[in-house]
Amino acid sequence: MAKITAWDRVMLARKIDRPKALNYINELFDDFIELHGDRNFGDDKAIVGGIATFEGLPVTVIGEQKGKKAKENMERNFGMPNPEGYRKALRLMKQAEKFNRPIITFIDTPGAYPGMGAEERGQGEAIARNLLEMSQLEVPIICIVIGEGSSGGALAIAVGDRIVMLENAIYSILSPEGFASILYKDSSKAKEAAEDMKATAKDLKAFGIIDKIIKEPEGGAGEDFEMVIKELKTYIKKSLKELKALSKKELVENRYEKFRTMC
Amino acid sequence: MVIDKVKKVNEKEEKRVKNEKASDMMIGKWVKCDNCKEILYKDDLHQNLSVCPNCGKHFRLSSRRRIKQIADEGTFKEIGGDIVTKDPLNFKGYMKKVEMLKEKTKIEEAVKCGICEIEGEKAVLAVMDGNFLMGSMGSAVGERITLAIETATKKKLPLVIFCVSGGARMQEGIISLMQMAKTSSALAKLNKAGQLYISVLTDPTTGGVTASFASLGDIILAEPHALIGFAGPRVIEQTIKQKLPEGFQSSEFLLEHGFIDKIVERKDMKSTIAKLIRLHK
Repeated sequence: MAKITAWDRVMLARKIDRPKALNYINELFDDFIELHGDRNFGDDKAIVGGIATFEGLPVTVIGEQKGKKAKENMERNFGMPNPEGYRKALRLMKQAEKFNRPIITFIDTPGAYPGMGAEERGQGEAIARNLLEMSQLEVPIICIVIGEGSSGGALAIAVGDRIVMLENAIYSILSPEGFASILYKDSSKAKEAAEDMKATAKDLKAFGIIDKIIKEPEGGAGEDFEMVIKELKTYIKKSLKELKALSKKELVENRYEKFRTMC
Repeated sequence: MVIDKVKKVNEKEEKRVKNEKASDMMIGKWVKCDNCKEILYKDDLHQNLSVCPNCGKHFRLSSRRRIKQIADEGTFKEIGGDIVTKDPLNFKGYMKKVEMLKEKTKIEEAVKCGICEIEGEKAVLAVMDGNFLMGSMGSAVGERITLAIETATKKKLPLVIFCVSGGARMQEGIISLMQMAKTSSALAKLNKAGQLYISVLTDPTTGGVTASFASLGDIILAEPHALIGFAGPRVIEQTIKQKLPEGFQSSEFLLEHGFIDKIVERKDMKSTIAKLIRLHK
C-alpha cells in the first residue's frame, strides 16, 4: 500500500459516507435520547446531544453532526455550528455535571459557521464560554475527533480529560484551504498546507495533544466500522474507569495541567 | 553658495511635503487619518493619545504607548518577558520573520504583561500589540497571558487585558489553537477565586482571541469603532456571498447586540478602569 499523505487523510476525513457522530452514538451507546435546544434562541442541527447509556452507565453524548447525503448535509449546515449549537452543548454538559454523568463528545466540523447571524449572536463568546466552563466541569470528559476537527469550532467541545483521534481524522487550527490562503496567499496550495500544518493523528500524538489514536481499516472508518467501534469501546471503558477513580478536584486539576502544558 | 544650495533643497523638500500632504502617502512626520482624511502632524496625534483631533478616530496603539497611557508612570514591571516565540511546526521562514519583526518593532512578542498601578490601584495588565504578526496568539502569547492570569489569581489582583488580534497564529498550527483552551482555563480559575477581570477590546479583535479570553471579562469594554468578531468580514462575505452592512462587527454593533458592557473613549479609559477596580475592592 502506498504511503498515505496528509492530504489523503484530509480527503478521508471529509468523505461524505464516512461514519458521522450519530453513527458513533448509535453504535457505542444504548438508549440514546436526543435532547434539543439551547433554551435561548433555537436548536442547532449541526450539533446533536442527549443522554444514553454506555454499558449500562448513563452518559451525556454530544457531537458535531454532518450529513451523509447532500440534503442532510445541508440541513446540518455541513457540521458548522452556530452559537446556539455551542450553547446547547454547554447546557447539556452542565446538566451532565448536575447528574454526575460522564460526557463523551464527537468532533467533526470544518469550523464554526462564519455567518451574519452567528456573529450577531456571539459566536466568539459562545466558543469562549465553552472553553472556560468545560475546564471546570466536575465529571469525566472524553473527546473523540472522528473526522475534521477544524479551528475553535472543534475545540469548543473538545476540552476534556482524554482526547482521542481516529487514525485518518485531522485536527487543526484551520482548514488546509484556509491555511494556504492565509500563509501562501493561494488556497489551491491546500495539499502542501495539509502537510505543513502537522494536523494528522500521528502529528498530534507527537505534540502530546492527543492521548490515543484509534486505528482505522484501509479505506477509512466506514470500511470496517465494527472494528473501530470495538477499539473505541475498549478505550472509553478503560478511560472512564481511570477517570472515575479520581476525586473531582483531581479530575479538574489534571485537566487544567493537561492544557496548561500544551505550548 | 553651499548654504544657498541647502536652502534650495529645503525649499524643494517643503514643497514636496506640501504636495505629499494632499496625496494619500504617509510620510515622515505626517500621517493621514484614514477616516476623515485630515493630514495630521504625528506629534500632535500622539499628544492626543493617538486619537484624531478632527474626527475622533482611535488609531491603533503599540503596546508601549498603551502601557504608557494606562499604567502610572514608572510602575510597570514586566512578567513573562522571557517567554519567547516557539516554532513547533518548523514552519518555513517563520523564525526569520519573527527575528525581523523583533528588530523592526523592538518588541519580543505580540503581548506585553506586567504588574502596575492604575491611578494608584495595583493590577495585572496585559497589552497585546498588533504590530507583531497582527497580534496573533501563538504559544508565547498564550503562555504570557496565562502567566498574567495566574499571577492575578495568586496575588489577588485585578486583571486587565487590552486585546488586539487577528486571532490564533497560523504558523504555530494546533499549538496556537490550544492556547485558547489554556487561557480560558486559567480565567476559569480566576473566576473561582472571585477576582475581577476587565477585558478591553480594541481594533481589531477577531478569531481565536475573540473566541477565548477577550470575550470572558466580567466587564468587557471596547474602544469606539473597533472591529470585533469571530470570523473576519471577508470570510463572512465569501460565505454569504453578499457585502456586509456598514458597521457590522463594530463596537457599536456589539454593544447593541449585548456582547460588550460599554464603549469607552481613549481619554476616559484609564479613569474608567481605575474606577471599576475601586468598585470591586
